[in-house]
Amino acid sequence: MKLQVRYFASLREALGPAETVEIAAPATVAALRDRLVARGGRHAEVLARGRVLRCALDRAMVDEAAELADGAEVAFFPPVTGG
Amino acid sequence: MTARVTITGADFDVGAELARLRAGDGGVGALASFVGTVRGQGEAGSIGGMELEHYPGMTEQAIEAMIDEAMRRFDIRAARVVHRVGTLAVGEQIVLVAVASAHRGAAFQACEFLMDYLKTQAPFWKKEHTAQGARWVDARSADDAALARWGIEARNA
Repeated sequence: MKLQVRYFASLREALGPAETVEIAAPATVAALRDRLVARGGRHAEVLARGRVLRCALDRAMVDEAAELADGAEVAFFPPVTGG
Repeated sequence: MTARVTITGADFDVGAELARLRAGDGGVGALASFVGTVRGQGEAGSIGGMELEHYPGMTEQAIEAMIDEAMRRFDIRAARVVHRVGTLAVGEQIVLVAVASAHRGAAFQACEFLMDYLKTQAPFWKKEHTAQGARWVDARSADDAALARWGIEARNA
């Protein structure tokens, strides 16, 4: 399945604002993150398991156990700091 | 009825916002508001300003859901959130949360609830500009604790 992956704040600075990623179904957000980390380089650095990140699926906060569907928009970003 | 949520690069007028929030509703007897401003003192010393980034589309949706939850929890008549994005100088207004209700208790509570909720669940990120360069602000566990008082687990910081 094809996913639109978006990054914000420090992740956007490191990886760019968005990319399209293909991954075999079924897969969770955690599987997608692992897959991106496996690419190495900056992806491995900023998405590393030790780093506290949050994620959204189709513009709603989710935890990484969330199941992905074809065409989904997944976003990774640091903890939020608005207000 | 005006929009409940506005994300904007432009400044806002608190008086005009409060007037609009209660306009035409004779049942309103209380207005509570919170305004957050850019502090000159950041985590790493004095700052010259900041940049605010957000996730367009998700931000509005997330705050709309927070207002729905506030309407369920508290006896309030209307609520409004305005949040700035882009470049902000020290002293500028960042965020307005305003609530109208019949009596003050619900307005105070809903205003604090919305602010606590927004702090850890709305997708905004602050970057402070200092003499040493720019740095992303770290999330505070105190903000997670503030939301926990309302029985909601933040899982942010």
